[in-house]
Amino acid sequence: MTLIKCTDLSIGYDNSVVLEAISFEVCSGDYLCVVGENGAGKSTLIRTLLGLQKPLGGSISFSGGLRQTEIGYLPQQTVVQRDFPASVTEIVMSGFVGANGRRPFYTRGQKAKARMNIERMGLQNLVRRCYRELSGGQQQRVLLARALCATDKLILLDEPTAGLDPRVTAGMYQVIKELNDEGITVIMISHDLTAALEYASHILHVGRETFFGSKEDYVSSGFCERFLKGSKASSAS
Amino acid sequence: MQDLSLWAQFAQAFSYSFVIRALIAGVFISLSSSLLGVTLVLKRFSFIGDGLSHVAFGAMALASVLFTALKISDELENAWEMAIMLVITTLCAVLLLRAGQKARMGGDAAVATVSVGALAFGYLFLNKFSTSGNLSGDVCSTLFGSTSILTLKTFDVVLCVCMSLVVTLLFVFMYHKIFAVTFDESFARATGVRASLYNLLISVIVAVIIVLAMNLVGSLLISALVIFPALSSMRVFKSFRAVTICSAVFSVVCSFTGIMVSVPQGTPVGSTIVAIDVAGFALFCFIGFLRRVRAK
Repeated sequence: MTLIKCTDLSIGYDNSVVLEAISFEVCSGDYLCVVGENGAGKSTLIRTLLGLQKPLGGSISFSGGLRQTEIGYLPQQTVVQRDFPASVTEIVMSGFVGANGRRPFYTRGQKAKARMNIERMGLQNLVRRCYRELSGGQQQRVLLARALCATDKLILLDEPTAGLDPRVTAGMYQVIKELNDEGITVIMISHDLTAALEYASHILHVGRETFFGSKEDYVSSGFCERFLKGSKASSAS
Repeated sequence: MQDLSLWAQFAQAFSYSFVIRALIAGVFISLSSSLLGVTLVLKRFSFIGDGLSHVAFGAMALASVLFTALKISDELENAWEMAIMLVITTLCAVLLLRAGQKARMGGDAAVATVSVGALAFGYLFLNKFSTSGNLSGDVCSTLFGSTSILTLKTFDVVLCVCMSLVVTLLFVFMYHKIFAVTFDESFARATGVRASLYNLLISVIVAVIIVLAMNLVGSLLISALVIFPALSSMRVFKSFRAVTICSAVFSVVCSFTGIMVSVPQGTPVGSTIVAIDVAGFALFCFIGFLRRVRAK
């Protein structure tokens, strides 16, 4: 079942095009990794998918009962959040605010669902703790629990392992994989190609050349090797 | 007065109706002004209160000059003045917040420009057109609110209380939305929260608070009323709800104490309240420090 279908999409800011002619689709249960060099337009693509900015051309359509506001988004951390006085519960619950519309307070069902998502992320011992006192990995789990409150179907992760140490990174990938195994569709932006090749079912490569297809096709297409070589060359220099 | 004990002085202060009116207005104004402080501090908008208060000063100068020119002077003069201040301050609040978002001209630069400009024009108006015999006294009392809280009429108090209640109720009903927009605007937008609507609402509420608080502490000290309660409780408490509740209590207690101290001692109300706010801030910093030491 197709959830998101992008046709001939071009994106950018104020009429300056960052990426064009992108076509891909995301089906229920997929694990799509978006890879590409820094500045290739991955974040712009995410913002366009979320409706935070308008596409410059082409179309994005949502189907299979998914609405644009039902995407569980895991953004990169902002400066404001690092020093924010808020408990884990408060942050996780805020995932429901969008769905509540004009209703001012949370329902009992939402509170129960938030508790469930907190347990799902293994945070039950931290519920009263302050967000700014948590480790980077714990903070990411809190934001992931919040994303799960906003969606049942699809999560969209923007570099979920940025700034985490290798052990925590592996744990994070494991959690995401488990969610995917439970039937939640995953779109993940990453510059970590090794992880993308290990966990993803599909790859969208953006940049000078665009590739979309299954992971197996990506590996055999030669795109992957060129990208790896390119990133090695740039990191060596 | 020397032979009266401190408590007897306090008790005597309570017997004056102008003190009671000042206390009621002070408590409600400080309650409403503390609520949005946390959001403003966290959104790095601490200075917007300061800028807007200067705008309110300019607006008030304009209003009083207008009234003198039109020879209006009746019971409702204060209310009309407040209405004019509200309209102009709200407009500026909306414009400044927009400027902060678009970032064509940096948010802080926009605030600085508007605030200094309004201050200059305000004084210019007063100086050029005012017929008052005691100009510097007028300006001083507008800037530092030296006595205005003690000269409130019953109608003004009712107006203050009503507006504070509206602000407080709006805040309570929008609490979760304000939290979501403050903590993570992109996420809130992505999940369908109309973030720009709530940002607009925040700026309108801030404008109302500024105009209200001018009565209490005067236009130069308003920022203190908005920021100190929030900063103090952020030192000690760790959840958004606890921080919000604590800032409200902190603000009300400080204003109450400030008025109670200043009346018998004859000190200016506004600066006394702010001095107590500063002392409270120091105390909370110390408590926060002790907590951190103990945690280690």
